[in-house]
Amino acid sequence: MGYLMTFSHVLSFRVVGDGGSISKGKICSLKARAVLIDMEEGVVNEILQGPLRDVFDSKQLITDISGSGNNWAVGHKVFGSLYQEKILEKLRKSAEHCDCLQCFFIIHSMGGGTGSGLGTFLLKVLEDEFPEVYRFVTSIYPSGEDDVITSPYNSILAMKELNEHADCVLPIDNQSLFDIISKIDVMVNSGKLGAAIKPKSLVTSSTGVFKKRQEKPFDAMNNIVANLLLNLTSSARFEGSLNMDLNEISMNLVPFPQLHYLVSSLTPLYTLADVNIPPRRLDQMFSDAFSKDHQLIRADPRHSLYLACALMVRGNVQISDLRRNIERLKPSLQFVSWNQEGWKTSLCSVPPVGHSHSLLALANNTCVKPTFVELKERFIRLYKKKAHLHHYLQIEGMEESCFSEAVSSLSALIQEYNQLDATKSMPVEDLPRLNVAV
Amino acid sequence: MGNGHAQCRHLGQIAHFFEGVCFGLFLSMSIVTVQLGQCGNQIGFEVFDALFNDSHCPRGLCSKKENEAYQASCKERFFSEEENGVPLARAVLVDMEPKVINQTLSKAARSGRWKYGQHSCFCQKQGSGNNWAYGYSVHGPRHEESIMNLIRKEVEKCDSLSGFFIIMSMAGGTGSGLGAFVTQNLQDQYSSALKMNQIIWPYGTGEVIVQNYNSILTLSHLYRSSDALLVHENDAVHKICAKLMNIKQISFCDINQVLAHQLGSVFQPTYSGEGSFHYRRNPLGDLMENLVPHPEFKMLGVRNIPQMSENSLAYSTFTWAGLLKHLRQMLISNAKMEEGIDWQVRPPLSGLPPLGKMSVNREIHFNTSIANLVILRGKDAHSADVGAFKDPALYTSWLEPVHAFNVWKTQRAFRKYERSAALVSNSQSLVKPLDRIVGKAWNMFASRAYLHQYTKFGIEEEDFLDSFTLLEQVIASYCNL
Repeated sequence: MGYLMTFSHVLSFRVVGDGGSISKGKICSLKARAVLIDMEEGVVNEILQGPLRDVFDSKQLITDISGSGNNWAVGHKVFGSLYQEKILEKLRKSAEHCDCLQCFFIIHSMGGGTGSGLGTFLLKVLEDEFPEVYRFVTSIYPSGEDDVITSPYNSILAMKELNEHADCVLPIDNQSLFDIISKIDVMVNSGKLGAAIKPKSLVTSSTGVFKKRQEKPFDAMNNIVANLLLNLTSSARFEGSLNMDLNEISMNLVPFPQLHYLVSSLTPLYTLADVNIPPRRLDQMFSDAFSKDHQLIRADPRHSLYLACALMVRGNVQISDLRRNIERLKPSLQFVSWNQEGWKTSLCSVPPVGHSHSLLALANNTCVKPTFVELKERFIRLYKKKAHLHHYLQIEGMEESCFSEAVSSLSALIQEYNQLDATKSMPVEDLPRLNVAV
Repeated sequence: MGNGHAQCRHLGQIAHFFEGVCFGLFLSMSIVTVQLGQCGNQIGFEVFDALFNDSHCPRGLCSKKENEAYQASCKERFFSEEENGVPLARAVLVDMEPKVINQTLSKAARSGRWKYGQHSCFCQKQGSGNNWAYGYSVHGPRHEESIMNLIRKEVEKCDSLSGFFIIMSMAGGTGSGLGAFVTQNLQDQYSSALKMNQIIWPYGTGEVIVQNYNSILTLSHLYRSSDALLVHENDAVHKICAKLMNIKQISFCDINQVLAHQLGSVFQPTYSGEGSFHYRRNPLGDLMENLVPHPEFKMLGVRNIPQMSENSLAYSTFTWAGLLKHLRQMLISNAKMEEGIDWQVRPPLSGLPPLGKMSVNREIHFNTSIANLVILRGKDAHSADVGAFKDPALYTSWLEPVHAFNVWKTQRAFRKYERSAALVSNSQSLVKPLDRIVGKAWNMFASRAYLHQYTKFGIEEEDFLDSFTLLEQVIASYCNL
């Protein structure tokens, strides 16, 4: 039903062979609907030798040797044209295996060369080749302490593509993920949750080996992102009293085509031992979803303007619980005047493994603006000095106008958010209605 | 608006004509139900379950022969017979994604008492994305033939078709958009059969962000193609669950079961006339004739009394006088349940003009009716005095009081209620909720938010404006009663 193109993780499956009964626990007959793309071989090879090697179809890979050198232009222009046909071929093949192809998930980073450049090149290809299929993009934005010098260039150039060719973007930053992992570490190691922590909880990747995690925090951090995508698709995969399909996300959360950046927050971030949590703890879950500690990007939605908000709940939670919490949280949140009741909700009966319930909140909120403003400022600081610019301009098809257009695109987006923010403290009035003769 | 003011009267007369011709055959006319989307299918299941369980209720408080006649009538109306004796619901299940229909089919089959036809379903995989335009303009035409074929097969199983129930929500994409499309098709292909849409109005605070857009598009289209809109409000039913049923953690299942109870209390068999002991053949036709005299006024609401949890029921007794007094005041003060009724509201004194025209902004005001139907079920129903409902002060002046009010009765008790009453009204009570929905949709429309999602599939700003115009007209008409 869904189709995933990824540089790191996997979600939905097709059955290889006769599609007969799948014995429990054996995933070797399931193949991910995924294409793995990297212009270096190291990461992809590691996946193919790791515990999930049977999940990936070895024919659905596109790799090269030299890498993109953290250069968007190399990823987008050079490797784009080099691999366009091959990518299309693999995509078409995967699409043929789908009874009903609904959306693509693209997972990449903004700051590098391949994910950023080739990843956004693919967006355009997908739009042309499969115009009716939704394009969801999970983008890792560079943090302040990012060590890739050219990440501002790469990010700005990629942003223009996201603005124009993505249906929905979930921006995430590594710093937030790292903070979340650190908090979990503290909680676990301090023994606060005691025996309640299940070592095999899917929130953490390795089995309770915390020392290992500190050495390789990216596994745990990526696991958080994987959980985000699991929760996003849960209502489409499992039954519930109020289902929510992926196409409903775009419909409800994107009021204007350019404003499609959604802030995500997940809860819980650690295992809860109790199965039947009395309502008070349930309400705590809702409060947590609106706390900065649970967000996957640094932003402050509570003090900015909500355009729309989606709550995707899993587990034994009923409509009255949902409504009670919306009523409780609403007064402290500011919604835009034309969408005062802008809540989209879903109830999925099946909770994540190891938890009794969970909540994913997706907010279309002007609080993403500072992230973009900061990105623009970092870009300008670099661009003013013309630092490293020649690496880009020497690539065929790249000109200074590419940069200026990208900056304009971002500025226009920031301006949209500014205009909405300006309406924040204005009183909400009902507009005069149509007069009809009776 | 509408193609012929006399249409409803005319249709009711047709039904009666056939009834006359078939005098001597007391078979109930059948109703085919079309269940659309998640909401429609979840509710549809509860409705058939409630109807079946009630008709097989061992108590019934009446003679065995009476009970059998009741059962037979209910069965003919809502079920057809399968080969090994398991009744099949007269229903077509439609959804644009498979999970809910699969669940619904298996729930029914599991009960072992009744089920849905294996081939009565139409299903797709990708859903409607909460997009009315997608449901109406894409799914509708694409799947028109398949869906109408399924309906035709179900209709052919009926000896005599009274009409259709279409169960749908307004907030989503399939029930609302595809529901509007299917209703239009039913109007074209089955012009002599009646169509009653059971429309679920969403909670005021968000189930779906674009619910107000979907709602106005649905209502305006249905107003042109449906014969009656029986409205069920989630907010009202939720309060019933909370205050009357004392349910702590209210689920959609609870909501749907209350709704099913309300529908059952209206459409289960009743006697065809005062002093008659035969069951009414065509309640749908009779109801339309009684309650929808004019196509500009199609919005109906239902109220029940008593409504309570089973535990409380064992300790309660009611008199007809008490039940009817509360029901009347619920109507007059526009209360949706028997708790928190405002007893201060009174009808205007007869002979005097009403206290100013209704304004949607006035808090307390008297709810004027066009027409009412009271349905009494249970012990000594024949002796219940409904005189207070005949008071002309309750009604607008343009119908003869004798036509404005009707009562149906049966001795046979409904479910576990020794005495119970239902009231179906065509009154001003839905004006405020409708006005709220239109207002919110209008505010959003003014900012042009989300419109690109609709224009993408061929629903333009003009279509929105047409819908607004029609609904403002409906609001104004009801206000001016």
